Amino acid sequence: MSKILEASRAGALAAPARRPFRIRAFLERESVFSWLMVTPPVLFLLAFLGYPFFYGVYLSFFEREVARPATFVGLGNFVTLSNDPIFWQAVRNTLLFTAVATVLKAGGGLAMALVMNQSFRMKAVTRAMLLLPFIVPTVLSTVAWQWILDPGMGLFNRLLVVSGLATTGPSWLGTPTMAMISIIMVNTWRGLPFFGISILAGLQTIPVDLHESATIDGAGTWGRFRYVTLPSLLPVIFIVTTFSIVITFFDFQLVYVLTGGGPANSTHLMATYAYSLSMGAGQMGLGSAVALSMVPVLGLLLVLLTLYVRKD
Amino acid sequence: MVGELTWRRRLFGLWLPLLVFVVIALFPFTWMAATSLKTNAELYNPKANPMWIQNPSLVHYIDLLKETNFLTWVANTMLVATVATFISLLLGSMLAYPLARMRFRGAPLLAIAVAVTYLIPQTLLFVPMADLIGRMKLGNTLSAVMLTYPTLLVPFIAWLLMGYFKTVPKELEEQAMIDGASRWRAMTRIILPLCLPGFLSAGIFAFTLSQNEFLYALLFLSKSSVRTVPIGVVGELIRGDAFYWGQLMAGALLGSIPVALIYSFFVKYYVAGLTAGAVKG
Repeated sequence: MSKILEASRAGALAAPARRPFRIRAFLERESVFSWLMVTPPVLFLLAFLGYPFFYGVYLSFFEREVARPATFVGLGNFVTLSNDPIFWQAVRNTLLFTAVATVLKAGGGLAMALVMNQSFRMKAVTRAMLLLPFIVPTVLSTVAWQWILDPGMGLFNRLLVVSGLATTGPSWLGTPTMAMISIIMVNTWRGLPFFGISILAGLQTIPVDLHESATIDGAGTWGRFRYVTLPSLLPVIFIVTTFSIVITFFDFQLVYVLTGGGPANSTHLMATYAYSLSMGAGQMGLGSAVALSMVPVLGLLLVLLTLYVRKD
Repeated sequence: MVGELTWRRRLFGLWLPLLVFVVIALFPFTWMAATSLKTNAELYNPKANPMWIQNPSLVHYIDLLKETNFLTWVANTMLVATVATFISLLLGSMLAYPLARMRFRGAPLLAIAVAVTYLIPQTLLFVPMADLIGRMKLGNTLSAVMLTYPTLLVPFIAWLLMGYFKTVPKELEEQAMIDGASRWRAMTRIILPLCLPGFLSAGIFAFTLSQNEFLYALLFLSKSSVRTVPIGVVGELIRGDAFYWGQLMAGALLGSIPVALIYSFFVKYYVAGLTAGAVKG
């Protein structure tokens, strides 16, 4: 005991002389080092993510048109929205678009993964090719789709006419129903490989002996899929689906480029509607309110995800 | 009998579905390429075979390079993506390293905050962000997107790198520090070099995401000389209601090729980054 005291007293006495060393020791402390490291990125994220987020909440309580002073309207913007049929159309579109596209991507992705999970030549090259829709800039591939879906000279209608299946093809982007089908189709095309390749990676982590013992127990192809493959894949499918829902729910560029929300506002998603209100019509407050209306859904997804992660 | 069965199984269980997936994934690109090589006369001739190119011509490419700022857009895109990726890797690893390898007060809360910001989409932020960039007088400068892209990338990169940083055993660092190295030295000389694959994955992901970004570029860059490829193509090759499909497809193809090339060199790391979140949990 006294030895320790003595030692610490000695240290205290020697302290002034060894000051530079003490600063180094201070910096070496785990908590000091950690906070010094994380402070710059945390400040950056607070300034460029935190501040805009809360500023957006603030804006949504004001009626603010470009180049005019803002007036506080409380929940007025949200009341305006609740009486706005286009807003509700955008909400319905967003939910429908997200639900259908996600189911198609998950189903197609699972099929892609199962097909790819066999041994064949040129597998690496095939995988790289299948991922191309996902990595090419969305806007550029969407412009190509716009041309494919062109009612007169687009690929789809040319093929329909040449093959004699139709005298004139449908107007893919011209009617509300067809336009909705088209944007879901293009979104599925782009997002499918994300599911496929992620699920494939999940498939490759399933131990072979699980399948072997299931076979010994008399399970057929379907039985092995139902009782071995699918349960092992559920965590991967869950996480990929959650991410995909978030991305799809907030999608902007696809609709902005392909239909611009038309015809007659029938394909507006909440994101494109927020854009057209705030940037097109100059109503920043109302636009922020539309964007904020998406938060509850995001929140619900985050809760689901956290609950799931906790379970692990 | 058995041979025939496996042959059939290979055909219907592997080759045919695989062919369908590959055709679906690639036909828009071949249509893009075919269109860009046709002359207007052939492109809009209803009697011409859409699946064939009768008189291949580079006229759309020449027009694209002569009449628009396409090469400037490519240069802008590369510059912005490089700078944004570099900033994001730096800030992302500063965030991920302590979170993955050290214990400090506030760490669990910070980890959750990173996960939440990872999922905050641009759509929620673009209205106030446009206002912010306007007030900072950064409109129509490349700095506007160089500063805002990292907000989309840092949380994701931090999340990805944490997985890699955790895989290096703590003993390596402790041993180095016993040998007299400082924490900083142990990190920069021992741990970070071991995580190179993680940096490649995160870097290639951040780079392709920056090249794809559309919304912020659309909001902040309206002058032709500062545009990136995606908004340049959409904003200037679609003039009013007239579509110059030949030039559009030439631009879309040329804009996609750099991304596709970089990706094909690093496809292994790209897939690792893509699946890290899903598989590692």
